[in-house]
Amino acid sequence: MASTTAGTSTAGRSRTDAVPTYEKPRVTWQAVRKFIGIIAIVVFCLGPFYWMIVTSFRPVDYTFETTLWPTHFTLDNYAAAFSTKLGNHFGRALVNSFIIGVFTTIIAVICGIFCAYALARLQFRFKFLILGVILGASMFPGVALLTPLFQLFTNIGWMGTYQALIIPDISFALPLTVYTLTAFFAEMPWELEEAATVDGCTPGQAFRKIILPLAAPGLFTTAILAFIASWNEYLLASELSSDRTQPVTVAIAAFQGALPHQEPYTTVMAAGTIVTVPLVILVLLLQRRIVAGLTAGGVKG
Amino acid sequence: MTATSGVATGEAARAQTPQQPRRKSLHAGEGRRGLLLVTPTIILLAVVIGYPIVRGVVMSFQKDPGFNRATGTFEGGGFAGFQNYTRFLFNQCPTATGGTIKCPPGRIETLFWPSVWNTILFTVITVAIEVVLGLAFALVMNGSFRGRGLLRASVLVPWSIPTAVTAKLWFFIFAYAGIANAALHTNILWTAAEWPSRFAVIIADVWKTTPFMALLILAGLQIIPDEIYEAARVDGAGAWQRFTQITLPLVRPALMVAVLFRTLDVLRIYDLPQILTGGGGGTNGHATTTLSILVVDQIKQGFNRAAALSTMTFLLIFFVAFLFVKFLGANVIQTQQTQRGGKI
Repeated sequence: MASTTAGTSTAGRSRTDAVPTYEKPRVTWQAVRKFIGIIAIVVFCLGPFYWMIVTSFRPVDYTFETTLWPTHFTLDNYAAAFSTKLGNHFGRALVNSFIIGVFTTIIAVICGIFCAYALARLQFRFKFLILGVILGASMFPGVALLTPLFQLFTNIGWMGTYQALIIPDISFALPLTVYTLTAFFAEMPWELEEAATVDGCTPGQAFRKIILPLAAPGLFTTAILAFIASWNEYLLASELSSDRTQPVTVAIAAFQGALPHQEPYTTVMAAGTIVTVPLVILVLLLQRRIVAGLTAGGVKG
Repeated sequence: MTATSGVATGEAARAQTPQQPRRKSLHAGEGRRGLLLVTPTIILLAVVIGYPIVRGVVMSFQKDPGFNRATGTFEGGGFAGFQNYTRFLFNQCPTATGGTIKCPPGRIETLFWPSVWNTILFTVITVAIEVVLGLAFALVMNGSFRGRGLLRASVLVPWSIPTAVTAKLWFFIFAYAGIANAALHTNILWTAAEWPSRFAVIIADVWKTTPFMALLILAGLQIIPDEIYEAARVDGAGAWQRFTQITLPLVRPALMVAVLFRTLDVLRIYDLPQILTGGGGGTNGHATTTLSILVVDQIKQGFNRAAALSTMTFLLIFFVAFLFVKFLGANVIQTQQTQRGGKI
């Protein structure tokens, strides 16, 4: 802020003597342009999201009305989303997604801490090879895992179990946590660890007592990113889950309406809102750190 | 700023190490400890990624069990050579007599090249639009102004919505009676006609991932020192000149990494077309079938042929990543190191 203001005023002063009247309109025009840009981005990003939320409050008969606010406000769609009358098990799917997400996150974060610490802090052979392998792993197409895993899980009778959904998720959650944590660890004040060892701590103690507490916010952010990635996974879950273990993404994609071939738009929008709003709130609360983690790890969308 | 001073102190401390024997305990056996700490991750990745790759390649050279019309028996497996590959690449279906014929229309083999082109089409168009939009977003978001937090928050919204929900949301927007047709005063069959269905997928994907692109580019913009712009302004460079002569060259490494990430990501696109259009559209009903969708369709007809398909998908992505790193200089590790001030 300070440098920008200073810069503008200096530039302004040098030009004031020549053409004083041009100074003010130029700055205002820039501000207007910036303002238009900001509004355009906000509308682009939030418009469709708003449309989902607002549709979730419309009665079925008013599904396609184009008013910005429902003319007949209702909460029926939220009740319908959780109703199991039509063979939808949205509530169960929410629980499944939660179970899968939590286990994937715990495994990925615990392994990720060790690996990221080594990558950020220690010098050892093959370090850059390992960095490359982990980055490559995060770019790996899920569909190439699907065929072998589908056959393997069928043979050992794991189809429709939670582990059949948690294990494949580690393939993208683990590279993500390693990369994000490495970035966070790189920013840590490591002199404190040195100081602790000077005071007689073992490297393990120094890490546990000094570094881990300081890294807690970064760890939490990484855990959230891993959880979101697992929560959002669809491809592997759609093929490897059964009715009992299917997560929300699969449940939403397969939502049944009252009549065959009739898409239950408003119910799906309500279900989508339920799945999304907690995530959005979480992301907004942690936005600064999440942006740091995202850009550091190049996490996929 | 604080980060840089942190490095300096860290390096200074390390430089002093040889003179201070007590600190040796921290560095002794560092190499071994480093390898030990990365081992769990490497083992896990070997199990969840390494094993499936190897298994997939092995499977792709095996015949799928099936009914042999010539002998009238049900045959299982056996070595297939490159048959599982050639049937997709050259449309060669084996006949009962052991020869090959051109696969008849409607067979999944005939969809291989169309789905390759669909995948490449999606990749080129989406990434191109995202570069332009992402750069524009990043330029608006750069610098400090009031409402910056709100802007960053709203940019994170499309990213945090699960792709399955995004697809359903755009399915509703693109419904025949939906808001897209209402706003444009058109009657387009957005999820059934050939090009509209392709653009429906592209638009939805651009909406979901442009914010991510913008954030990656913004991270690159933020490390360009203000002094360079000041100097250029003093030298009389206009806004456009500053953009083409300073911003673009300096943001290029970050931009290339963002393009690489997004390219590899669209090449494996599945959720969005699968849920939005079912891979359908057009007169042949496959205008939006991508490679990943084809693999999943093939799994139901035979694992080993699906393994050949997914191996080819993997090789395509690997090849594109190689081209990027080799010829376009997308150096991921180095770029990220720069952004983190020289540390890992």
